[in-house]
Amino acid sequence: MSAPNAAAGDPKVVVRGLSKRFRRGREEMLVLDAIDLEIARGEFVCILGPSGCGKSTLLNLLGGFEEADAGTILIDGEKVTRPDPRRIFVFQDYGIFPWATVRENIALGLLRRPAKEREEIVARYVELIGLQGFEDSYPGELSGGMKQRVAVARALAVSPEIVFMDEPLGALDSLTRLSMRRELLRIWQRERMTIALVTHDVDESLQLADRVVVMTSRPGRIAGIVPVALPHPRDPGSPAYNALKRQLFELLGVRADV
Amino acid sequence: MSLGALVTAALAAVAIVASRGLRQRAQAVVLPIATGVLLLALWHLWAESTRYQIATPGEPVRTVEVFPTPERTLVAFRELLSDGRLVRYSIASLFRVAVGFLLAAAIGIPLGLWAGWSTRASYSINPFVQALRPISPLAWIPIATLAFGIRDEAAIFIIFLGSFFPIVTGTMTAVRSMPVAYVRSAHNFGLRKFELLAHVVFPAALPQIITSLRIALGVAWLVIVAAEMNAIQSGLGFLIVDARNMGMRYDLVVAAMLVIGAIGIGLDFLVRRLERIDSVRWGFTKE
Ligand SMILES: Nc1ncnc2c1ncn2[C@@H]1O[C@H](COP(=O)(O)OP(=O)(O)OP(=O)(O)O)[C@@H](O)[C@H]1O
Ligand SMILES: [Mg+2]
Repeated sequence: MSAPNAAAGDPKVVVRGLSKRFRRGREEMLVLDAIDLEIARGEFVCILGPSGCGKSTLLNLLGGFEEADAGTILIDGEKVTRPDPRRIFVFQDYGIFPWATVRENIALGLLRRPAKEREEIVARYVELIGLQGFEDSYPGELSGGMKQRVAVARALAVSPEIVFMDEPLGALDSLTRLSMRRELLRIWQRERMTIALVTHDVDESLQLADRVVVMTSRPGRIAGIVPVALPHPRDPGSPAYNALKRQLFELLGVRADV
Repeated sequence: MSLGALVTAALAAVAIVASRGLRQRAQAVVLPIATGVLLLALWHLWAESTRYQIATPGEPVRTVEVFPTPERTLVAFRELLSDGRLVRYSIASLFRVAVGFLLAAAIGIPLGLWAGWSTRASYSINPFVQALRPISPLAWIPIATLAFGIRDEAAIFIIFLGSFFPIVTGTMTAVRSMPVAYVRSAHNFGLRKFELLAHVVFPAALPQIITSLRIALGVAWLVIVAAEMNAIQSGLGFLIVDARNMGMRYDLVVAAMLVIGAIGIGLDFLVRRLERIDSVRWGFTKE
């Protein structure tokens, strides 16, 4: 019998008693309160919660960008102290560099590779995201969806073991979001890296995740973890899907029948 | 009162009003020309109105022109052109501005990057930059003369000061206002210090650096006149003082002023071309 927050398989990420406070003037605010979480190798986890509950804070800690006040994060049994190219963070905006072309952006993590190898890798990921012909375009000339795909390609180009994504599709229109979800799934099914994706969209989490981690606010805690054992592609009309959806809404403390 | 100038002014005014009906592309051509003609005509009329006559008994009546008309200024311009002073003095001024400005950029940009990036560097550098910045470069003229004598170096030093502070401050602000995600991404991908500078910090700051260069070059060109007025024997600023001191040649003064203005536009045009470089265009377009 495993702990309730344990991952099904071999744990890649282990979070124990993670707490984080922010000081605002004289006031101190507990943003994350003793978070326990495990993420399995190759698992797709979505972190779902209302705005301000600490999702980004949790992800920033996992990425090694901030320091916790208490608790530990172990990845492959190793304590996380700083960002590392083995785990890449995809930011919602400002992720890719507007001064660099698509090619240069994707090559960011490959600067020290030989030029030929670098070109090959870039070409491979340009193809993966379907941006052939846009290699020399600047982000300013691309649509929002294309930019987000470049950010994903840049992350994947260094063959990371984990990809952290903070609302990667949040800035996109609903149609582009749908196709980007499919694309993310396709890429993940091919590359099988571990993904932790933050969202506040219930359907997004149900479409993507192996498990959905639901958080509540003030202080940020894990309200529950819901495994989604449905095969892809997932039919949002199916009873099983809707049962899970109701469960997620309940954990979020929102009535589902609206 | 010359009737010709009055009629010209009236026609130009009519053209300005009537251009309303034109398409924007046509307005872009008509309006500056018509306004220019109007200003020239007004200038002519005003210069004529300042003319007065001196009648000394036993001598022919003399007309004294206090302010030169556009025509007289054009003659003065030709004079400067044919005796070679125009080219010589413009080159002398441009040389001083180029040296002072490039020196300021060469020191100011790295210093600004450093002070913008490192809190420690900022603590040491910023208070002094901010304290020296509000002092007009012209206040340094006595000290510059004392330190360098009446030589090019004194003027170059003044130019340097005039352009240095906008460049340091602009560069520093640019680095500080950089979104944190840029730096985090760079760290995430394992960029080393120099790579971070070359691939992230510098390109992220570059549009604002170019804007600060543009401001700095404008200031440099502004202060050149004053810097050269101080006993240096060449340059457009010297020409202005010299023309007045040597026989009240206000026609030469105005001609020199117009040349200064024209070169100023040219310099600004050159810097603005930098804004069109592919890798900085993002900083100059609104999304
Ligand atoms: N650097 C900071 N300093 C002070 N308070 C902060 C800081 N970063 C976050 N907070 C606070 O911590 C809480 C959680 O923020 P966080 O950004 O993690 O929320 P979130 O769940 O990602 O929200 P959203 O869905 O809106 O992005 C918020 O109340 C926020 O005001
Ligand atoms: Mg957030």
